[in-house]
Amino acid sequence: MSEPSATSPEPTLDFAEMQKLAADILGVDPEQVQLDVSFARDLAADSLDIVELIMAIEDRYQVTLPEEELDHMKKVGDLWTYLLAHPASGQP
Amino acid sequence: MVTPIGTGIDEVWGSLTQGRSGIGTITQFDASAYPTRIAAEVHDFDPELYMDRKTARHVARYCRLGLAAARMALADSGLQPEQMAPDDVGVVVSSGAGGMEEIERGHQVLIDRGITRISPFMVPMMITDIASGLIAIELRCGGPNYAVVSACASSGHALGDAAEVIRRGDAVAMLAGGAEAAITPLLMGAFCQLGAMSKRNDDPAGSSRPFDLSRDGFIMGEGAVIMVLEEMEYARQRGARIWAELLGCGSTADMYHFTAPEPHGYGAARAMQKVMRQTGISPADVDYVNAHGTSTPLGDLAETLAIKRALGERATQIPISSTKSMSGHLLGAAGALEAAACVLAIANDVVPPTINLELPDPDCDLDYVPNQARPARIDVALSNSFGFGGHNACLALGRVAA
Repeated sequence: MSEPSATSPEPTLDFAEMQKLAADILGVDPEQVQLDVSFARDLAADSLDIVELIMAIEDRYQVTLPEEELDHMKKVGDLWTYLLAHPASGQP
Repeated sequence: MVTPIGTGIDEVWGSLTQGRSGIGTITQFDASAYPTRIAAEVHDFDPELYMDRKTARHVARYCRLGLAAARMALADSGLQPEQMAPDDVGVVVSSGAGGMEEIERGHQVLIDRGITRISPFMVPMMITDIASGLIAIELRCGGPNYAVVSACASSGHALGDAAEVIRRGDAVAMLAGGAEAAITPLLMGAFCQLGAMSKRNDDPAGSSRPFDLSRDGFIMGEGAVIMVLEEMEYARQRGARIWAELLGCGSTADMYHFTAPEPHGYGAARAMQKVMRQTGISPADVDYVNAHGTSTPLGDLAETLAIKRALGERATQIPISSTKSMSGHLLGAAGALEAAACVLAIANDVVPPTINLELPDPDCDLDYVPNQARPARIDVALSNSFGFGGHNACLALGRVAA
């Protein structure tokens, strides 16, 4: 599993970057990761994949996704909207 | 099979008959501080030839090797489980240590970064039965599915049990064998602490020297060896190439010590006697013994005594060899690799050698086929596998009339 180092640059919200991150975790092509795409139905992500993806997202964007939010993360757009609404909160 | 001495039947048999060692300096982690810095590694393995990238990332190395070996075995056999009834084909693939590298990595993550960074794939990556599960998923084998664990006897027992599954009518065919990838910082260190491994770091190719007077321990190996076992009539009717027959497996326990072999080889001899009794073969029928022969001072001597006890006069008349001299010790995959060596010896009329046998231990006084492969007709071969815990497995393999 790739882990960003403690010295990674200040995160910025770059959709292409998130696409690549999610694509790496889910084993799909970055172009497949679009806002209206369902993790489970379109990207064949199971619950373990989602947990792994969330861990990577939390590390990269220095946010913490509360467990109750995870149930709402059905589509890539749900995750992206959350990230836009919750800028980096420091330590994950 | 994917082994330190080659990938696939042809490469492995080439190495076994040409006496090629698969042992070298450890590359998988920095072992420079270890008393033993050499091992038999699988190099240049590309998992994506055998599975998609996501699967490869979510299983441990032993599973990647195991799935590759299973695909190769299935391709060689021509069996197509996806076109058979789901119950027809099962899987018993063993491992001694399972996803050891993932356990170590996961523990480091726990210490460094806390509970919330433990991979959600940690459990399936670490458990020793998941190779069987993965192979069933990927290759559509819905019959009996589990792993047999008996340390370095694991895949001997896996093959023996899988044959019994078929005999009792619980499956038509079984994918069986072992997969191991435990050349890790913790396990290498632990075996060093046991004092069980060779320290011949400056001579990797000469480090595994079973039955030689200067042997000083085993060499850790990794790899996966899986065979397709089939009900005989089914295999004949579909016109399969039948390499050999797995006649039976004799299993016993030493009742002696966690790690040391019982010095007289009583338990090992009982395993050999048991498989002969069960399959109706006498010592006179046995043409070759592939020894467990790990290159430890105690083990090779105890096994020599066991072979003499089990086979009597016959022990001095037949070739006996330890292919671990070339492959290193594949732990939970060792029994399957050595059963494969027996199958190939039967099929090719050649006995693989024990390499590095330069000055034989006077107490190990049998014919260990030193350094050169030897032509010989082998109708029945025995393959010994012994594991920590005092587990003994002796497989009997036989020629099948054309």
